[in-house]
Amino acid sequence: MRVVESLNSALLDLMTCDQRVVLLGEDVLDPYGGAFKVTKGASDRFPDRVWTTPISEGGIVGVANGLAIKGWRPIVEIMFGDFTTLAFDQILNHAAKFAWMYDDQVTVPLVVRTPMGGRRGYGPTHSQSLEKHFCGIPGVAVYAVHQYGSPGTLLREAAARDQPSVFIENKVLYARPVEAVEALPNPPSPDVVILAYGGCVEVAVAAAKLLREEEIAARVVPVTRLWPFPEEEIRLAVGPCRHVLSVEEGAPGWGFAAQCALALVNKGVSFAHIAGPDHPIPSSAAWEADLLPSPQGVFRAVESLLGGAQAI
Amino acid sequence: MRGLAELAAKAGSRDDENAVLGLDLSQAEQFYQQMVLIRYAEERLLDLFSTGALNGTTHTSIGQEANAVGVINALDRSLDTVWSHHRCHGHFIAYSGQVASLFAEVMGRTLGVCRGRGGSQHLCYRNFYSNGIQGGIAPLAVGSALGDRAKGAVTVVFIGDGTTGEGALYESLNMAAVWNVPVLFVLEDNGIAQTTPKELTLAGALDRRAEPFGIRSFAYDGADVMDIHALASDAVRYVRHESRPAWLYIRTERIGPHSKGDDTRSPERIAAARARDPLPILRSRVANAADIESRCMAIVDSAVSLAQQAPIARG
Ligand SMILES: Cc1ncc(C[n+]2csc(CCOP(=O)(O)OP(=O)(O)O)c2C)c(N)n1
Repeated sequence: MRVVESLNSALLDLMTCDQRVVLLGEDVLDPYGGAFKVTKGASDRFPDRVWTTPISEGGIVGVANGLAIKGWRPIVEIMFGDFTTLAFDQILNHAAKFAWMYDDQVTVPLVVRTPMGGRRGYGPTHSQSLEKHFCGIPGVAVYAVHQYGSPGTLLREAAARDQPSVFIENKVLYARPVEAVEALPNPPSPDVVILAYGGCVEVAVAAAKLLREEEIAARVVPVTRLWPFPEEEIRLAVGPCRHVLSVEEGAPGWGFAAQCALALVNKGVSFAHIAGPDHPIPSSAAWEADLLPSPQGVFRAVESLLGGAQAI
Repeated sequence: MRGLAELAAKAGSRDDENAVLGLDLSQAEQFYQQMVLIRYAEERLLDLFSTGALNGTTHTSIGQEANAVGVINALDRSLDTVWSHHRCHGHFIAYSGQVASLFAEVMGRTLGVCRGRGGSQHLCYRNFYSNGIQGGIAPLAVGSALGDRAKGAVTVVFIGDGTTGEGALYESLNMAAVWNVPVLFVLEDNGIAQTTPKELTLAGALDRRAEPFGIRSFAYDGADVMDIHALASDAVRYVRHESRPAWLYIRTERIGPHSKGDDTRSPERIAAARARDPLPILRSRVANAADIESRCMAIVDSAVSLAQQAPIARG
């Protein structure tokens, strides 16, 4: 099974088990089934609960918020993650605030699903990783799926919440086969722990293989819950290891690296991080590959980390 | 200090609500009572602000009471939904009759309708919601109307002329029309947004704003609550029975300042607004107006004192 099928079957199950689950998004109708096919089969099976929408990202998340307040459980697909900015106001000023500011008289069980990330040649406005902008909004949970374990189970977790969730699907993952959690490199006494999420998990796994050839033991810890940030889980996963590297695809600064470092501050850990470029993502395949985190890049970062960085 | 439960019971029991809204009175008396209540409550809020008893800000609907009362009384309060904005007290009182919990909310007291969390422009009570982001509530209203469509419910969303500058409104009109959503957009055009006359920022006609979307329009220019109620009732009936959106345009006047003391209009312009005050129009047609006025004053007095006795909300 591929990641897209795992997500798709979770979505169809959610709609089968709960009549209140509704789906909104651009081009989600069958036979097309969404730009990345995650919604395939939904409109054929549940024609009354799937709305193909105008190109109005803010509007459709707003409609979903209104449905959520009225007891429905909307799942919105935003065709490309870059377009979530148009729905930011609905997420931050509406969905996220309602339960608190109305003194818990309402719930807003909204899920906004969206593909993020590069490596597909779509260029500056269709390739970013914007999830950090949704992390740290009180009341909003942010998830990032990867292929180890069960992508569909993570989607079910997001959909079970009574408050808004943003669900990030790195777009290279859709075609990847789902793999067992045991396939993640997890040596008992690692020389380094690599923290990664989304599309960077497989990069870290490939890097761990390269490192093993150099007799460096790397543990890869995939993070799926980006907000609220699972600090304790990260400390446990790092354990007594003194070298930690974080890997993210988004632009550097105010992001995953900072949050990982905060979780490990005063733990005597040497910390380094890798991120995407500090400018938009180009369309050129070769240039994209140069800029985004790669197994070789992670390998080199681990080498220099082990070569004597300072503890945080 | 009295027990909170007792205060809350006083502030919000069903019987009180009916009496406060005058639901057992004749229609003219009922509407007059609701309009006077809104007026007195908001004048009191401005007084409390000017003496420093209140914190933050408030936007009063003084001069626009007939819109709130005319439209909300065309609804089924137990079924239909109302979305409002920064200038929401009038809509809220006409919907809920909850005067004490409004004062308590604006005062940041635990007796407030959102336990002091929301303040003046973030109210929630049963199917009434308000939020302080211009235009953001429009798609929510489409969603709530869609969500409750099978129940035969209608959603009303109030907006001001300035808010027709927001893109979210047009996305909402489009979705409401294409999906046959039973939502009534009510545009209260008071000709000004904060300090900006609409002529400086808005092109085209506001009364026909929704027509290119195939949305039926209803329009009124005046301050007679009976006329507004009749027109709103037609619009609501159409929305409910046809399951179609509608646009209700009301040319109105804001007599008070935008929020507290910020009125940049000329004295002549304010006088012109006062000349369209909806209260005297109805007063002349209500036999026992003075009784109603003293009843409203008593409701406001007791609401303020109840609110002031409640603990300050802090976590
Ligand atoms: C998105 C957004 N922009 C700006 C404001 C600040 N603001 C509050 S009320 C207001 C004027 C609104 O004018 P209008 O829609 O005509 O309603 P009115 O105040 O006349 O009732 C402005 C600019 C806001 N609350 N939300």
